[in-house]
Amino acid sequence: MTETASIEPILRIQDLSIAYPIAIGTVRAVEKASLELSDGEALGLVGESGCGKSTLGLSILRLVRPPGRITAGRILYHGRDILAMKENEVRRLRGRAITMAFQNPLTSLNPLYRIDRQFLETIHVHEPAAGRAEALARAQRVLSELGVEPRRLAEYPHQLSGGMRQRVMLALGLVMDPDILVADEPTTALDVIVEAGFIDLLNRLRRDLNLSILLITHNLGMVAQVADRIAVMYAGKIIEVGSAQEVFHHPLHPYTHGLIHCVPNIRLDQEKLATMGGSPPDLVEPPRGCRFHPRCPHAMDICRREEPRFAPPRGAAPLAGSAVAAGPTSPAAAAPAAAVHRVACWLHGGGA
Amino acid sequence: MKNLLRYALTRILLTIPMLWILLTLVFVVLRIMPGDPVSAMLGGHAPERVIEQKKEELGLNRPILAQYLDYLGDLARLDLGNSMIYNQKVSQPLLEKLPATLELTMVGMAFTMLIGIPLGAYAASRRRTGRDFGIRLFGNVAYCIPVFWMGLMLQLVFGIWLDLLPIAGRTGPRVFVKDFQNTGFYLLDTLLAGQWASFADVALHLLLPSLTLGIVLSGIFIRLTRANMLDTLKADYVLAARARGIPERRVVYGHALKNAFIPVLTMLGLQFAALLAGAILTETTFSWPGMGRLLLERIYLRDYPTIQGVIVVFAFFVSLVSLAVDLIYALIDPRVRY
Amino acid sequence: MASPMAPPTAAGSRFSVAGGLARLLARFGAAHKKYGVEWWILIAGAVVILFAIFMASFPATLARYDPLDQEAGPQMAAPSRAHPMGTDNLSRDVLSRMIHGSRTILGVAFAAAILSSLIGIPLGLLSGFAGGPLDRVLSLIMDSIYSFPGLILAIAFAAMLGPGVVNITLSVAVIYIPTYFRLVRGQTLSIKEELYVEAARAIGAPRRTILGRYIFPNVIATVVVVFSLNIADAIMTEAALSYIGLGLPAGIPDWGMDLSMGKKFLPSGVWWMITFPGAMISLLALGFTMLGEGLSEILNPRLLEK
Repeated sequence: MTETASIEPILRIQDLSIAYPIAIGTVRAVEKASLELSDGEALGLVGESGCGKSTLGLSILRLVRPPGRITAGRILYHGRDILAMKENEVRRLRGRAITMAFQNPLTSLNPLYRIDRQFLETIHVHEPAAGRAEALARAQRVLSELGVEPRRLAEYPHQLSGGMRQRVMLALGLVMDPDILVADEPTTALDVIVEAGFIDLLNRLRRDLNLSILLITHNLGMVAQVADRIAVMYAGKIIEVGSAQEVFHHPLHPYTHGLIHCVPNIRLDQEKLATMGGSPPDLVEPPRGCRFHPRCPHAMDICRREEPRFAPPRGAAPLAGSAVAAGPTSPAAAAPAAAVHRVACWLHGGGA
Repeated sequence: MKNLLRYALTRILLTIPMLWILLTLVFVVLRIMPGDPVSAMLGGHAPERVIEQKKEELGLNRPILAQYLDYLGDLARLDLGNSMIYNQKVSQPLLEKLPATLELTMVGMAFTMLIGIPLGAYAASRRRTGRDFGIRLFGNVAYCIPVFWMGLMLQLVFGIWLDLLPIAGRTGPRVFVKDFQNTGFYLLDTLLAGQWASFADVALHLLLPSLTLGIVLSGIFIRLTRANMLDTLKADYVLAARARGIPERRVVYGHALKNAFIPVLTMLGLQFAALLAGAILTETTFSWPGMGRLLLERIYLRDYPTIQGVIVVFAFFVSLVSLAVDLIYALIDPRVRY
Repeated sequence: MASPMAPPTAAGSRFSVAGGLARLLARFGAAHKKYGVEWWILIAGAVVILFAIFMASFPATLARYDPLDQEAGPQMAAPSRAHPMGTDNLSRDVLSRMIHGSRTILGVAFAAAILSSLIGIPLGLLSGFAGGPLDRVLSLIMDSIYSFPGLILAIAFAAMLGPGVVNITLSVAVIYIPTYFRLVRGQTLSIKEELYVEAARAIGAPRRTILGRYIFPNVIATVVVVFSLNIADAIMTEAALSYIGLGLPAGIPDWGMDLSMGKKFLPSGVWWMITFPGAMISLLALGFTMLGEGLSEILNPRLLEK
């Protein structure tokens, strides 16, 4: 597989399913989700609260909290299945090859430990041979990269502002030079100005460090400014994937369409806010057929009976220069893998 | 550090009213008894005149408010009064016996923590498995076992049946206390005097009684540590630490436990009161020459000033420990003082 | 639906207490599927308690010998078929003393718990509801008592009041008043802030009604749990007081006192005089604790935590 390494995505999630049992049944949080992330690309995973995107993010590093369990699928990092690895090997990946940034920076940092101590611990875990001075120097370097003054190392988490804490947390994740950053709602707890700074930061990191980013969020605005491609998730299933341009300007799935048009636009002359009727489905007993059909304005008979498959829309011409057009094994020019716009909807053929 | 000092001062000032209430309570309780303490003391048939004279002597004829103020005044000067039975100041036997009780209580507390906290943390990390339930069962049962019965059973098994450990007193027959008597804390004294054989003897005598206290009271710590650990293990920073590749054992004992420990520490302060109570019962069981036995002895003799003195000292220590715990809390958790 | 613990006997009407309890438990019957282990803990505790109550209610029927009979058998005999728990130094049958003793200890514990709650709960309600300086003073007093080792306070009371069932009950009751006070006050405070109470006040409901109809029922659930745990504690306190000799007069069979007597003969290897009383105390305390814990789980379920 080495010749096509440049096309092979750095992270490939195949048919992942995650469930967790509760007193009244089993919640099927994620069902047969598939995603690809290429080297150096930013993929935005969007969806409403409770759609399973955070759970999916956690599963990459096998951090799903019991009783939640990954029930099926593969997660391939550089071709190796993370789900098949031994616990030790996964632990070595964490924080080093793949790293995560979480939503709430105050509670994500141990309040009892000074910042420098937390850095030293992380570095020491992955490189026990590193000396204290060297480790501190690395910490300072990465903090400066992220715009945090080195003097903050001597402080406690609660002494920092929210935005700074988020940067510190990011720094802790980046100090070991990972390939992939999975950011789960990184700015939800921050105000918009800080968020703007964070977005710039993410873009800069992607450029300078060739960092691949999986950005999990419900914030479409942020996604628009960061992501190359977007994946839309609903009720535990991936329902649409495509380049950011395509998804924003030509959304295929009615849900995606609804999502995008729900965001208030100051340039439009809107009198009423657009909303989507209904509420997210019960994940213990999801609706039969397409999970969105109870809320879909275009629901057809087949939508109620059968689940559509995830595929390029019927009759769509493959985008020029994409891997599909050129054939799966030919070394197409550095086009990101699967730049094809795909959707799971009967309106577009449903993969039939 | 300045913050810490300010917090400490506030906390100390707060202790005073509580201590005052306790002392008042002691005063009230010790004067509610039906009948007349003096005639009881002199045997029911002493002539009226003698009774009155004795009462005058002891100041029991003065109005209750005056007695109360005297009481507070004496305490402020650290004067616990004189024994009604023996010709001695109350403080004398008290100071003699205090180290014995303190030593027992402290070693007992150490055992409680050594048993309770690790078991609680382990149970939390192995949640809902057989080991978790086993540990919890142990904790519950231990708590329901009266401390004096635990003492008796330990005596039975280790002292009588197995004949391994001594079951009474602080020292054995071949050890002479005056050879090392210093602070009254025999573990310390024997070490200071360099008498290793005596140290071993003292330690062995201390083992069963403090273990009794330790096991019975560990139940609370197991439960509390487990509960706090479960909460802490769900915390975001624990997830974040795991996400950085920190090994599970370090996450549990290094990150989670330190945070979970704080409420456990507070419980320690509260449990100290229970430890003191348990110490009294343990002293009875093991013929331990401490304040508990002194209290019971003087109750039997109706030596009210001494009874009062002992209880006052208990109240004082309880307040002191509570204060100390709060200060240590501030030391560990930086959020409290900044 | 019949409770598994009611033993078969002719005196049917006497079992109204057990029957009533069984009916209450049956109401929880459907819940056992949901609650797993906690349910069985509750059942186990209930079994123990019902057994103890049964023992305490009909001691004469169950005990073969008179507990005070000093010629029931050989002196200090080890357990045998005639005396399954042996005999003590006064040649009394230990088993009979165990059975009769259950009445003493349960009686004192129940009475003390009821007394404590009767004083502590209204004070807590009042203090929490009224607020202001009254609340502050009462709270300070109660907190101080609460922080003091209960047993020592009980010892002081018992020493001053002298021996006797009533005095012992009082001594034990005193130390739990702050427990009920704090619990009820806390609940009252939080419920007081709830909107529906504010609404009631807005429509002019008198304070008595607010207290009685809104606050009290919510508090009652937690109180029941604490009551059960309280009894467990009271059992241990009563036993402790008797053990150190501040308890009841010699004529009344009492487990704590038996323990203290047995202690004297321990060095000679006489194990049955201490093993059985102590085990009974532990078992009873455990029963009430398990009931309390099980009830707590069921009344405040943590459904999603599996």
